[in-house]
Amino acid sequence: MKKINFILNGEKRQIYVEASDILLEVLRQKMGLTSPKCGCDNGDCGACTIILNGKSVRSCLIFAIEIDGMEILTVEGLSKNGMTPLQESLLTHNSFQCGYCAPGMILSATELLKVNPKPSVEEIKECIAGNLCRCTGYQPIIDAITDLTK
Amino acid sequence: MENYKYIGQSVQKIDGKEKVTGAALYTDDLEFGPDLLYAEIVESTHAHAFIKNIDTSRAEEIPDVLAVVTGKDFPFKFGLYMKDRFIFAQDRVRFYGEQVAAVIARTPKAAKLGAKNIRVNYQPIDAVIKQLDSIKEDAELLHPDLENYVHVPWFFPKDKTNIAHHRKIRKGDMDKAFSEADHIFEEQYEVPRYSHCAIEPHAAVAKFDLSGRLTVWASSQSPHTQRHIFAEALSFMGIRHNDVRVIAPHVGGGFGSKAGVTMEIIAAAIATKYPGHPIKIIWNREREFFNTYQRPGVITKLKMGVKNDGTITALKHELFWDAGAYVEYAANVVNAVGLSAMGPYKVDNVQIDSYCIYTNLPPTGPYRGFGYSEFLFGLESLITQVAHKLNIDPVKIRRINAIKEGDTLAYGAHMNPNGLHQCIDKVAKEIEWDKKESSPHKNKVIGKGFSLFWKAPAMPPNASSACFLKFNEDASINILVSGMDIGQGYLTVMAQIAGEILSINPNKIRVENPDTDRNPYEWQTVASHITWSCGNAVKNAALNAKNQILELVARCKYLPIDTLFLEDEKVKCTTKANFELDLKDFIITGLQMEDGTFKGGPIIASGTFMPQFTSTKANPETGQGGHPNVHYTVGAAALKLEIDTETGKMKILKAVEAIDGGKILNPSLAKGQIIGGLLQGISTVLYEDMRFDHRGKMLNPNFTDYKIPTALDIPDEIVPILVEVAQPDGPFGARGIGEHPMIPAAPMIANAIEDALGIRIKSMPITAEKLCLAILNSSKTNINNK
Ligand code: FES
Ligand code: FES
Repeated sequence: MKKINFILNGEKRQIYVEASDILLEVLRQKMGLTSPKCGCDNGDCGACTIILNGKSVRSCLIFAIEIDGMEILTVEGLSKNGMTPLQESLLTHNSFQCGYCAPGMILSATELLKVNPKPSVEEIKECIAGNLCRCTGYQPIIDAITDLTK
Repeated sequence: MENYKYIGQSVQKIDGKEKVTGAALYTDDLEFGPDLLYAEIVESTHAHAFIKNIDTSRAEEIPDVLAVVTGKDFPFKFGLYMKDRFIFAQDRVRFYGEQVAAVIARTPKAAKLGAKNIRVNYQPIDAVIKQLDSIKEDAELLHPDLENYVHVPWFFPKDKTNIAHHRKIRKGDMDKAFSEADHIFEEQYEVPRYSHCAIEPHAAVAKFDLSGRLTVWASSQSPHTQRHIFAEALSFMGIRHNDVRVIAPHVGGGFGSKAGVTMEIIAAAIATKYPGHPIKIIWNREREFFNTYQRPGVITKLKMGVKNDGTITALKHELFWDAGAYVEYAANVVNAVGLSAMGPYKVDNVQIDSYCIYTNLPPTGPYRGFGYSEFLFGLESLITQVAHKLNIDPVKIRRINAIKEGDTLAYGAHMNPNGLHQCIDKVAKEIEWDKKESSPHKNKVIGKGFSLFWKAPAMPPNASSACFLKFNEDASINILVSGMDIGQGYLTVMAQIAGEILSINPNKIRVENPDTDRNPYEWQTVASHITWSCGNAVKNAALNAKNQILELVARCKYLPIDTLFLEDEKVKCTTKANFELDLKDFIITGLQMEDGTFKGGPIIASGTFMPQFTSTKANPETGQGGHPNVHYTVGAAALKLEIDTETGKMKILKAVEAIDGGKILNPSLAKGQIIGGLLQGISTVLYEDMRFDHRGKMLNPNFTDYKIPTALDIPDEIVPILVEVAQPDGPFGARGIGEHPMIPAAPMIANAIEDALGIRIKSMPITAEKLCLAILNSSKTNINNK
């Protein structure tokens, strides 16, 4: 067991982890955060996406021990002070169906909008191409993001 | 046209906020405390083998392993339409990956280690991998005991064969019709298996508490059906239906995979062997591919008689289904197609033979479209080929033959009101069917493809829905129903229906996913029937509540009931402009009379719905005489496909899909179904390609090797078109549309390829690689022919 320190959704946290513990499992089971989902455990689906030091990453591919000293944002943190304009737009567009991909999708798009507030449709597609959604055909998600850039 | 307040409006999803804030909880998100145990299964490493013995001793010695469960513990069958499955394999395994045993442990790691340490001794048997081999005389039988299997009365298994069901339709005089036809066309098509690929894998947690009560939390489309099957399977322990409780949280996509019962029964069963603790089983992505349900594969043989003017006179349709090792659900897919493989056409002479064939591949079952995508690939391809051969426009030949209200169906009943011809016209116009297009890029060509589609809900004739409705003090409402919102927006639409009748904004109506202890009966969330069926139950409950309210007010205020109406959470009167009573002032507390007493009390209502005109009683040799389907939903679709002739790569420039959903209750959600469903269909043609080795092992059970589309793979443009010819017995005239959007995808792509290149591809998928090879081959033959 090794002690790690990190910032989770704005709060300082300290926990003990094994060298082989996967970050996704630690977030879900030890930190009680359930918005990062497991869809494949293999880096293929993006359901486990979180923002680590400002960059979106797949938490199923990261060992918890690697995040010592880093900063993590999940959708729980994003929604702390109410929904962001992106979340509002996705809501009013009825963008999601089952919603399982939503947390990962929202974090990928959040990262994009931060660095590029007026992305083109192609840039939006590129950005969310790592987040699989089986329900929506993606268009309603793309529309909600595009609407924000107008 | 009636003036509705909430019906027909693009109301925001009532569970939308939960989903965009991460608040929505799915089965694996629920908290069970430190007492939670984990189970891991042991999978068969053969597609077909006898189990000689299972040695569990090494596993049992591993620290934190608490129990090992095998087939010996549960020696009985279960299944939805045919009891042909076991909770764990008994004396033999029938597919690669089948569950043979389970290990219960305190940690997932210990459970996995335990499973690895179980030794199973197998004696392999010949595996039957292809369905046409499976029906040969000397084929190894998968279920030698088939004659003793319990099944619904509308199945006809063939004893001492691998045919679990043969649905026959005989209508008209085939010999005469073929002899009188000007042309006869025969073709064969092949559709392989597919996987649902919901992003949330199956998950179940079960607890058998020390008082003998079984609770199962599951990602499910069918909580009540699961309860029923669990209770039946465990009845030997004295368990009754109300001892079993199924709680279904949010579902991360279903598409049929979470209907009926698959892995959930493992959780339910093993919990009874280790009472007092919740036990969790989560399927990994691999198992999600090969041990839930797959979509069945099919080989179809078609023979069509046609007049010179394009009128279809006769259709013979044989379907050989690769249904897998267990067909408890799939046999009804085969049955549904057997009833409907005439397609959305008026054909007077029809012969259909739909065979459900056991193979040593994973079990198949319901998948969005329920067999209709599979048979329409052949039928809609053939009609286009016929049109080209007769020099008739492919849209025109469809207009000539497309079914109309009142036409006779393959099983003798009559077609419901529908807007198929409107759909054809609207799609042809939007895709500019008459305009030939060419690509500005050298090496690229453009083709257009057209397809019709139809589908009826496939259900037992008495599948039913029920609803409880209760008011709260502030006139907000809780509705209890047991359908599942698997993303389609069902909960929202139920709120709209009740809101319309009671004149209350749907955002004041809470409808949540069910708990079978609290919520009334629902058959399943499948078959695209839930809006229609449960919608009727909710409508009946709301009408019942409305009646109670108006009756109370009439009684206490001495007003004729027919002058009273509900508007914006108030009771008003047509003859007294000033009269209004706020619901919130009496909906729980009752109305006070002049003498100080109160009348009324909390308004609670219920409603149920079951179709009363359906029957599966028909002549087994002809299929005539019953009324198995409640109605069909129809539509038309077309697309514009750009093909790179050097690489075979295809790009959809525009897709148009029109669907007649009767009264569309929520256009935004309906369009969402079209856009999402169409991409799922396109994916089965262009990307998904399931592979097995000769031993029946699936080779690509992951998203790296089994591709589903990303945001970069979507059509440039999709135009959804909603046609609204009311369903007379639907809530506000609605009928279902959930499955239909994906159905026409495959034939319209094959048709567009033929339009562009003159090449006809008769097997799915049509990947870039396959098309590229076909282009190379055809240019070779063209050169050779010169
Ligand atoms: S769970 Fe991490 S990418 Fe799928
Ligand atoms: S909404 Fe279901 S996976 Fe995206």
